[in-house]
Amino acid sequence: MANSKSAYSSPGKIGKFHTHIIVVWVDNEAGVLARVVGLFSGRGYNIESLAVAEIDPKLNISRITIVTTGTPQVIEQIKLQLKKLVPVHKVADFKREDRNVIFKEMALFKVVGNNSKRKKALNACKKYNAVILDKTNKSCVIQITALRREIDLTAKNLKKYGLVSVSRTGAVAMTRGSEIFK
Amino acid sequence: MSKLYSGADIVFKCLEDQEVEFIFGYPGGAVLPIYDELKNHSSIKHILARHEQGAGHAAEGYARSSGKPGVLVVTSGPGATNAVTALTDAYMDSVPLVCISGQVPTHLIGTDAFQECDTTGITRPCTKHNWLVKDIKNLGKTIHKAFEVATTGRPGPVLVDIPKDVQFQKASYTKFKKQKKLNGKVHNQFSQKDIDELIKLMSKASKPIFYTGGGVINSGPKASELLRELVNTTGFPITTTLQGLGSYPGEDSHFLGMLGMHGSYEANNAMHDCDLMINIGARFDDRITGKIDEFSPNSKKVHIDIDPSSINKNVKVDLPIVGDVAEVIGSTIKTIKKTKPDFAKSNKQKISKWWEKIQKWRSVKSFEFVNSTETIKPQYAVQRLYELTKNKDTYITTEVGQHQMWAAQHYKFDKPNRWMTSGGLGTMGYGLPAAVGVQVAHPKKLVIDIAGEASVLMTMQEMSTAVQYSLPIKIFILNNEYMGMVRQWQELLHEKNYSESYTAALPDFVKLAEAYGCVGIRAKTPDELDDKIIEMINTDRPVIFDCMVDKEENCFPMIPSGKPHNEMLLGPKDQKEKKITEKGKTLV
Repeated sequence: MANSKSAYSSPGKIGKFHTHIIVVWVDNEAGVLARVVGLFSGRGYNIESLAVAEIDPKLNISRITIVTTGTPQVIEQIKLQLKKLVPVHKVADFKREDRNVIFKEMALFKVVGNNSKRKKALNACKKYNAVILDKTNKSCVIQITALRREIDLTAKNLKKYGLVSVSRTGAVAMTRGSEIFK
Repeated sequence: MSKLYSGADIVFKCLEDQEVEFIFGYPGGAVLPIYDELKNHSSIKHILARHEQGAGHAAEGYARSSGKPGVLVVTSGPGATNAVTALTDAYMDSVPLVCISGQVPTHLIGTDAFQECDTTGITRPCTKHNWLVKDIKNLGKTIHKAFEVATTGRPGPVLVDIPKDVQFQKASYTKFKKQKKLNGKVHNQFSQKDIDELIKLMSKASKPIFYTGGGVINSGPKASELLRELVNTTGFPITTTLQGLGSYPGEDSHFLGMLGMHGSYEANNAMHDCDLMINIGARFDDRITGKIDEFSPNSKKVHIDIDPSSINKNVKVDLPIVGDVAEVIGSTIKTIKKTKPDFAKSNKQKISKWWEKIQKWRSVKSFEFVNSTETIKPQYAVQRLYELTKNKDTYITTEVGQHQMWAAQHYKFDKPNRWMTSGGLGTMGYGLPAAVGVQVAHPKKLVIDIAGEASVLMTMQEMSTAVQYSLPIKIFILNNEYMGMVRQWQELLHEKNYSESYTAALPDFVKLAEAYGCVGIRAKTPDELDDKIIEMINTDRPVIFDCMVDKEENCFPMIPSGKPHNEMLLGPKDQKEKKITEKGKTLV
């Protein structure tokens, strides 16, 4: 959070920052993402990652998953401000440490190199549900799904095996068990 | 098959069903079909402004003084961008506005067409919601939805952008039945438990205070009546924010005056020292709280607000109550009457020491000033204006700056909806067009814009509107030839480096009035002031009153930058003793 110049909101005591995953159900209409993202930028909230897609074509509902950081007070404000937007149906939020929620991100890695390097690359990805989506005799594209820091680490590892391109999504989330987000 | 109407016709059908009587606007290419249709709808009168910002502020003045939503119509491109200031102003001060803007035809959207701009993109952060209507079939229900969003919950501005081709296309229209009370239970999230908790806190408190704001006024006249009853029932002191003036009678003994940066000594000290603060429809704005870490350090805080996001935004509170002010106060009074019928009596002893303390602060008389026999002191001018108009149910608007604060300090209101000022956004140039809108809503009432000469020049062109519609607004300019508040801050914080705050080459306001076809009056000395004010009141035409006041008067008391409530500057003498720190200077 940027330091405000105003005396009347000068940040005396800043609370501890937490990482939260905020899930927003919205009408899938023109400009809805701009409203949500504009609210974050306009009020100085962070967005670490963002994932959005329509989940119910019949009801025309999209689900936006936003990873953000802030003090508990800021997180509370984010939720309340989001709820005020007209196309927003409901808002849920979770701490990243929450054991009852699954978070996943997907990444695509393009590795260019000889057979042994490609094999080593694939090996390094093994524990993250690695799938080979494309291969030639000098390259391959590997897909993994994992947590943010695991993908960070894997990408770093793959450098030495000829990683030339990375593409990754924001996090999506779902509760464990039979419960659903309220 | 049902009858088909053009988009432009549907716009008016909607306005008729919403019982709109006046629209404020300015025509242009992209709204021509709507203007063409105007002649067929005699129940709706169009007020032609001279600038879209003026139309917007006039709609705000209309809305705030009447309690109905204000409607403005502007064209695409510059029409829409000119309306942005008014929309933002309405957003900050929670004024219900419905803006209908024209847009280039749908097939030209995105081509940088003539007078095209991304209106919904530009106004997204300054409206509660906005719509671009690309399909004629959605037009009717969108406009009705727009009225609903603008007027329910915490009110605010909305915008409906209608491409020109949609205004020509045809569709059927289903008549809309306006629901009597939309603002009902949906927004009331409180329970009897919250009310009981509130009353428990109230009966425990020995140093309580009510801190009320614009939410009381937005909740309707009933809320102000209930607030009076609540204060009478409890015997607690009450202070209001700038926007809350009028929600409680300004001359009542329970009223401590406005609080905040230029609020009274007793109000700010009571806020600082209280043990129970009951915020009703106010939002802990930074002009109110001062230094947030030292804001009312020892109090339990209750916050009653219809907007859940207002709660715990700036100040953490102990008891949040989400609901409509009138409903919450109503249940509170009912419960007190039922469970503690002699609350005020039993409580009197408990808070008598508190009242003694408040009387001590009161005796400081922080709004006092040194009067003069030679020059008109601006505070004196407002006082005389008040004394000479207080029996007339007067409506006051203001611009922004020193004159605004003097008006708030020295003009007393005893009814809601009589005081229209730009508080949140602080828009210079608000008062004159707002007065136009107020006069439209209340044609027989006395409407005065207490103005500064710098502010009023920003929207002076709207005098033409006042003259066109024979709106006898009174523009009472406290003319000190400075941007007074800027000059004051430069004096206090920037070693009297009056950088660009002197307004050179001012027009002769009397001649300017005559040029517009209205009446100009000038007062130069305190002796002639009363007679001139009476002359102004008795003039049945628009008046520009050039009140030449002391050029270097400062607005006190003042909480300087970076200071808490109990460290106020009271006047020029006090100021030397409490030097503003280097750090304070960098703060706004």
